[in-house]
Amino acid sequence: MTGLAAAASTTSLGEAVQFWILGTVAVIGALCTILMKRAVHSALSLAGTMIVLAVFYLANGAYFLGVVQIVVYTGAIMMLFLFVVMLVGVTAADSLKETLKGQRWLAAGLGLGFGILLIAGIGNASLRHFDGLGQANAGGNVQGLAALIFTKYVFAFEATGALLITAAVGAMVLTHRERTERATSQRERSQARVRAGKQVPPLPAPGVYARHNAVDIPGLLPDGTPSELTVNPTLRARGQIRDVSGEALTGVKELERRSEDWLERDSGPRSSSAAPGPAAPKEEAKK
Amino acid sequence: MENLIALLVAAPLVGAALLLCGGKRLDRAGHWIGTLLAVASFAVAAVLFADMLGKAAGHRALHQHLFSWIPVGGFRADVAFQLDQLSMTFVLLITGVGSLIHIYSIGYMEHDERRRRFFGYLNLFLAAMLLLVLADNYLLLYVGWEGVGLASYLLIGFWQHKPSAATAAKKAFLVNRVGDIGLSIAIMVMFTTFGTFAFGPVLAATGDTGEGRLTAIGLMLLLAACGKSAQVPLQSWLGDAMEGPTPVSALIHAATMVTAGVYLITRSGAIFNAAPTAQLAVVVVGAVTLLFGAIVGCAKDDIKKALAGSTMSQIGYMILAAGLGPIGYAFAIMHLVTHGFFKAGLFLGAGSVMHGMNDEVDMRRYGGLRSYMPITFVTFGLGYLAIIGFPGLSGFFSKDKIIEAAFAKGGAEGWILGAAALLGAAITAFYMTRVMLMTFFGEKRWNPAEVHPHESPKSMTIPMIVLAVGSVFAGGLFSIDDAFVTWLEPVTSFAHGNSPVSATAVTAATIVVLLAGVGVAWLKYGRKPVPVAAPRGSVLTRAARRDLLQDDFNHIVFVRGGEQLTRTLVQLDHSLVDGAVNGTAASMGGLSGLLRRLQTGFVRSYAVQMLGGAAVLVAATLLMRSV
Amino acid sequence: MNPVNYLYLAALLFTIGAAGVLIRRNAIVVFMCIELMLNACNLAFVVFARMHGNLDGQIIAFFTMVVAAAEVVVGLAIIVSIFRTRHTASVDDASLMKL
Repeated sequence: MTGLAAAASTTSLGEAVQFWILGTVAVIGALCTILMKRAVHSALSLAGTMIVLAVFYLANGAYFLGVVQIVVYTGAIMMLFLFVVMLVGVTAADSLKETLKGQRWLAAGLGLGFGILLIAGIGNASLRHFDGLGQANAGGNVQGLAALIFTKYVFAFEATGALLITAAVGAMVLTHRERTERATSQRERSQARVRAGKQVPPLPAPGVYARHNAVDIPGLLPDGTPSELTVNPTLRARGQIRDVSGEALTGVKELERRSEDWLERDSGPRSSSAAPGPAAPKEEAKK
Repeated sequence: MENLIALLVAAPLVGAALLLCGGKRLDRAGHWIGTLLAVASFAVAAVLFADMLGKAAGHRALHQHLFSWIPVGGFRADVAFQLDQLSMTFVLLITGVGSLIHIYSIGYMEHDERRRRFFGYLNLFLAAMLLLVLADNYLLLYVGWEGVGLASYLLIGFWQHKPSAATAAKKAFLVNRVGDIGLSIAIMVMFTTFGTFAFGPVLAATGDTGEGRLTAIGLMLLLAACGKSAQVPLQSWLGDAMEGPTPVSALIHAATMVTAGVYLITRSGAIFNAAPTAQLAVVVVGAVTLLFGAIVGCAKDDIKKALAGSTMSQIGYMILAAGLGPIGYAFAIMHLVTHGFFKAGLFLGAGSVMHGMNDEVDMRRYGGLRSYMPITFVTFGLGYLAIIGFPGLSGFFSKDKIIEAAFAKGGAEGWILGAAALLGAAITAFYMTRVMLMTFFGEKRWNPAEVHPHESPKSMTIPMIVLAVGSVFAGGLFSIDDAFVTWLEPVTSFAHGNSPVSATAVTAATIVVLLAGVGVAWLKYGRKPVPVAAPRGSVLTRAARRDLLQDDFNHIVFVRGGEQLTRTLVQLDHSLVDGAVNGTAASMGGLSGLLRRLQTGFVRSYAVQMLGGAAVLVAATLLMRSV
Repeated sequence: MNPVNYLYLAALLFTIGAAGVLIRRNAIVVFMCIELMLNACNLAFVVFARMHGNLDGQIIAFFTMVVAAAEVVVGLAIIVSIFRTRHTASVDDASLMKL
């Protein structure tokens, strides 16, 4: 991609355009990674940044690494991340409020200082000219890498293999949980539930209407208040519960009335008994 | 023959072990065993003495090596005995007087339920004292020195149910300890100087040793002697030591143990001869003490304390003589022996009087006892005549020689010392006459309804008679052809002093001051009745009654001073030492507290620190590159 | 354009990642930030390889990826096990050496 001429000092205009556009995307992705409230969003932003980096690798003549970056990093590792986020972070609402005193200022100051130092260091270095990879990649990038890996870096390569094995075993050891007692049977669990006097029958279903019996809407108790038992705790933790006990009910009533008008159907005894019926106790309770 | 020497020490030591460890089974026979072993020791001493007399003067010293006590490299401390004429004299005195006092104690302690223990202590004392005088090196002497200190402590506090006795024992022990420190320092200096502390090598090497070292050793030995012999400034314990049973006062605090200082100085004569400064200190101490003790003796109404003052004074004479060098050593020892006789006799007499007077010690409540206790009166009277130096009796010969030798010191010193000794003789005559008159003459000042004076049993009177005989004849016997001086000469050496006044003049002066002293005492106590309640008296009298304020001085200087010093040190310790230590601890604690804040346990805090460190590293790298 | 701009970008990304490690409390996000830092380094290596005209930089980047993969595996396992015992993925809650 780059010029074959040795010791060039500029790249092609196309690469420059690509750098400025994708570089901006990468920085935005990185910022989103650290600023997004939800871990899933962070992971996706990071994946975006990584794909941009993969393009940059390709632009810099590292074809093998570019592909590996997409396949291994963005594909495998980021999916692993997402998997763990789903496994772990679902109920963990991550607030961005700082709890350690002064930590944010320290982080900002240090980060700024460190960045300035790095950039000053790079700016100080005399890196006007570059050789380009034309010669090194002449026999093919993958072949060149392979030649180095299996000759010059063979010991590091072997050690990396050992490291990977160790990591795999380590992950297994860390996550494996030895079952030390017999699993309780369903019968035993139900007996325990009866003995403890907790909710013996199945939990009540969410929703009370045919149109609103989605899992994210809590069922209403006879007095019109929503029941905590009817929705999944995960949804509650995520804050994804829609409450229809109050304003939503009036909205529904409004909608029904308008549809009646639109159908030019006199509000018959059926609809009046269907819609406002259950809502009436609720309104009484409000008063 | 020399193998018998160990037997001298062993006999009383076995007695002490038997009596102190034997338990109640020996209660009935205990005093007999103790007395028997003391007499046995005396018999051995007599055999050795006879053997010694049979030899030529230069070959009389015996030496017995028992075993090596501490053999370490080139250093050797032996348990070995040396029996020369000086030691022989002491051995005879100790075992002889000791045996007599053992016999006396059988009667005196008859009603004491702890009599067995008493005899055990007496035997222990004999063993330690014999060890002291028989040792052939200073270390073994030190063992005996401490042994007699222990025995003295145990016997002064024998009636420990009396708080005064317990306190007196403690006081004697503590004051003695000051002296003992002197002896131990002297031994240490000796060891660093000579590399040994056997008498032979040490005394032989004094010629080629610096005078400074010898003066130091001499002064330390003098300090030791002051402690043990109750010389100024360590004299304060002797008066209180009279709290012990009277036989103890007679044996330990009159005849034998308190003379250990004189023995030490005489034995170390070569050191003092080579250190004139130390010698001068010795004579000063002796002269001061002889006057000090005499003045104290004049004011005391307690018969035993009066005698204790007298003892102090007489030992002052001995120390004075010993400080005079070769012209005085022999006379010091001679006076020591005669004093051993008459002072032991006087104490036993006093004990006999107390025995008959329900343990009353105040002379103002005696009077006219001569017809009730004739034997005591006669023996006490002979001892009295001996101590004031009545011509022809023991004290006359020995004291007269010391006064002569004091004048013979020469120069102004000689005049001052001679005058002090003469004055001391006058005061001695005064206070002894006072004791005599108050006790045996005058009207009865006791209540016949309560007190029934009576003569003591035979076991008490016989020793008194023997001692009285000794007090009468010993001095004369020793002076025939200067027998005693000749006898001791191989050990102590002897030099005739050049007295500026003739011997006859000194003798005449002695007799004159003696008569003056007796006369004044008679005027004061013989002609006029003695009041039962002590009159207020002059300032000097009141001071003398308080032992010339020695205890007050000690209290103000040492007790108060020590307390003040302690308080200062405690404060220093609190503020400086503890302050430094606690300050270090507190600053460390504070620092740790600060550092602990870094260890929050929060991973992100650590990450901040890591990033900070990385930033510093980058900055340093860039800085180094730019430089 | 000079390729040194890639290095500036790498420095910027690295700094952003570092700040993220310091700021975020969710262990998984912290981990992502670490990945970001590693990737920034990789970019620098690749650009250095280009500048020097040899492939050694790319090799180093390759090894970094492998090590990062191993690290992610172990790290995520640790996060999962911490979550199991403490029911939280916040790094601040794991501030004691005991449960």
